[in-house]
Amino acid sequence: MRLYAAVAAGGFRRYATYRTATAAGVFTNTVFGFIVASTYIALWNERPHLGGYDRAQALTFVWVSQALLASASLLGGGFQEELQDRIRSGDIAVDLYRPVDLQAWWLASDLGRAAFQLLGRGVVPLAVGALAFELALPADPVTWLSFLLSVLLGLVVGFALRYLVALCSFWLLDGAGAGMLSALLCMFFSGTLLPLNVFPGAFGEVARTLPWAAMLQVPVDVLLERHRGTGLAAALAFQAVWAAVLLAAGRLLQSAATRKVVVQGG
Amino acid sequence: MADAAVRRWGEGLRCYGLIVGMWVRSTMAYRLSFLMMAAGNFAATALDFVAIAIMFSHVDVLGGFSLPEVAFLYGTTSTAFGIADLTLGNMDRLGRRVRDGTLDVLLTRPVPVLAQVAADRFALRRVGRLSQGVLLLAWSLTRLDVHWTPVTVALVPLMLVSGAVIFGAVFVAGAAFQFRADDASEIQNAFTYGGTTLLQYPPTVFATDLVRGVTFVVPLAFVNWLPALRVLGRDDPLRLPAWVDFASPLVALGCCAAAALAWRTGLRSYRSTGS
Amino acid sequence: MDAFIELDGVRKVFDVRRRTGLLRRERHQVRAVDGISFRVPRGEMVGYIGPNGAGKSTTIKMLTGILTPSGGRLRVAGVDPSRDRTGLARRIGVVFGQRTTLWWDLPLRDSYGLVRRMYRVPEDRYRANLERCVELLDLGRLLDVPVRQLSLGQRMRGDIAAALLHDPEVLYLDEPTIGLDVVSKTKVREFLREVNAERGMTVLLTTHDLTDIEQLCKRVMVIDHGRLVYDGALDGLHAVGESERTLVVDLEHEMPPITGVPGARTVKVEGTRQWLAFPATHSAAPVVAAVAGRYPLVDLSVREPDIEEVIARMYAERPTP
Repeated sequence: MRLYAAVAAGGFRRYATYRTATAAGVFTNTVFGFIVASTYIALWNERPHLGGYDRAQALTFVWVSQALLASASLLGGGFQEELQDRIRSGDIAVDLYRPVDLQAWWLASDLGRAAFQLLGRGVVPLAVGALAFELALPADPVTWLSFLLSVLLGLVVGFALRYLVALCSFWLLDGAGAGMLSALLCMFFSGTLLPLNVFPGAFGEVARTLPWAAMLQVPVDVLLERHRGTGLAAALAFQAVWAAVLLAAGRLLQSAATRKVVVQGG
Repeated sequence: MADAAVRRWGEGLRCYGLIVGMWVRSTMAYRLSFLMMAAGNFAATALDFVAIAIMFSHVDVLGGFSLPEVAFLYGTTSTAFGIADLTLGNMDRLGRRVRDGTLDVLLTRPVPVLAQVAADRFALRRVGRLSQGVLLLAWSLTRLDVHWTPVTVALVPLMLVSGAVIFGAVFVAGAAFQFRADDASEIQNAFTYGGTTLLQYPPTVFATDLVRGVTFVVPLAFVNWLPALRVLGRDDPLRLPAWVDFASPLVALGCCAAAALAWRTGLRSYRSTGS
Repeated sequence: MDAFIELDGVRKVFDVRRRTGLLRRERHQVRAVDGISFRVPRGEMVGYIGPNGAGKSTTIKMLTGILTPSGGRLRVAGVDPSRDRTGLARRIGVVFGQRTTLWWDLPLRDSYGLVRRMYRVPEDRYRANLERCVELLDLGRLLDVPVRQLSLGQRMRGDIAAALLHDPEVLYLDEPTIGLDVVSKTKVREFLREVNAERGMTVLLTTHDLTDIEQLCKRVMVIDHGRLVYDGALDGLHAVGESERTLVVDLEHEMPPITGVPGARTVKVEGTRQWLAFPATHSAAPVVAAVAGRYPLVDLSVREPDIEEVIARMYAERPTP
């Protein structure tokens, strides 16, 4: 356990060294926040209670998604390409023989990265958004704590998905295609482009049960206090179940990959 | 003087073409991978418009503009941006070349550095984004209910070319900035990707100050907003004089001059500091 | 003889900002090159050596016009490189040891085609140069192979050929033999000797491998802390005579330290591997023969004395003026 804490701290520090890049990212997230917020204002002016959100809630959605964009890797990025490179180059064989669990190692490292980006790239855009617009941020500290828990679960789901995709490189000649497809699905079905509760009809209902919903839509709804009491528990359970299922799938794939490497030598 | 400049530009374009040709051939060494990436590039931008279409499944107008009108704005800026992105989109790798020292190799060749950096890792897959923009523009033209005159018809290609040049100037200026701040490539995303996202929506959606900013400070409004409002027969929110709708080519030239200046300054500072 | 490369009191000063606290920064100046003067006549092959960070590559960057000097006078072929970088670029060839300029996914031949068109090399010159390079560097079978499939040594040979197709008057080589196998090293050295003699091309060579210098250059310049500390014949670098090469042998099984090899002594034993030091001026052959005659060898290799070591000795023996 101490090992993985050290790995996570390493992931945090590694990203903390890119100061200019972090500042540049904050600037870009903030600019996008203003652009998207303006379009949402126009949309909610036409349909004041679209998707069950009022205007302040819709704007909160915008700024929270900008704040989580880097941390949750909603537009791709993170550890996936690095892992794919190690698989392609064969360096992964070394990792598999080390006395650490591959999945836990990468999870710890990615959570470390996410923690830094949550602070480094999340706080400023959200604060700017709160100053420039009227947001529906909760006053109750318990809600904020539930939100952080929900974000954590969302990060694990996101990690588990990308871990599965990265492992596909063991079997696919070119992992880039799978990576791209996964990034597209994530961008669309996490709600990054448009909140999932605005998606129409049955399509929206399906979208809200997919794992990507756990990455952004659920955390934002927790923050907006749309899930309370048992509803909150159900929302967190939804995330936890997806996290568990996907992590387990990752382990299965990992052991198959290990067999492949050990038996066939890569 | 002018003769030398023309010769330099000619040489730059010739070498740009040569290097692009090499990258295209390198890309074709992995044909299947290229097709997949191009399709993905197309799909990524198409999803962008799906989000807008979903918005219009709830409303009839956004900021007073109908879906075909928004599609016209979307198509014009995406086409202009797509051209710039395809031809100069990899200039944001300059910072990486500064960091790992490979920029020095480019400086030992008898070819303008700008041409070499512009062609660096030319990514043909970006035709995906461009073709999505073109398709949407074509669709909007069949659906628009506007009165076409020779002037408004001529405005369409004019704004596409000027828009591509303006976005191209932003790419060059952004790269020039990386001579000084080699890991700040993401800043230019705010103006390139952010800019085209902004221009996909009608100006009526945005605060007047923001519209003023992209008209007078970073003149992105000349990419499509001002000429497109003329085509759509609408007033611009800033109530500028009518000739401004035709000023895009001039603005584009001005942007080029500013970008060229930024580039020269950046390169000179790199050659004196070496970092 | 005309001086082809001329430096008079050339300086390069960098402003370095260092982060000292969370937000505080400290500015200070680093004199990477601190008043260097030398002349290289046309057709000479000169070794330019020094420890890492001594100012070698800063000098090369000023000679190629990449960097503008902070002071002093610098001319290459009568041209100020920083003022006419592109003009000069047609007349110089540069090889950076660890940065290939070849196209990874394309056949070697395509990279050369690009050079021809970029430098506008006349067809007949191009063909003649390519033919000569292919012959001397043994590239014939490699021309149609994608560069990614070449070995490091093959790639370096390919890179050197690419730098010579436009008939440069001067060639700057930065660590051209780093990481290469013995065969490739030998080929590269033979080739450089050949083109230097054949075309009267001026060559400036930076390297960590003293053998490169021994076999190629009559003259050596040593730079340290931005200053030229030695400029003269190789023999004058008297520390070289005292530096040692090392023979590394892998034996079939662990044995006591090897003894009785004339001129060599065992300096280290680690399992089945042993290190024998012998003077750099001696040939390795008798040492190898002596060991091979009496011990069961599995593998062996010769390590060259390191430049840094030689320079360190130089300092130890000669107090800095």
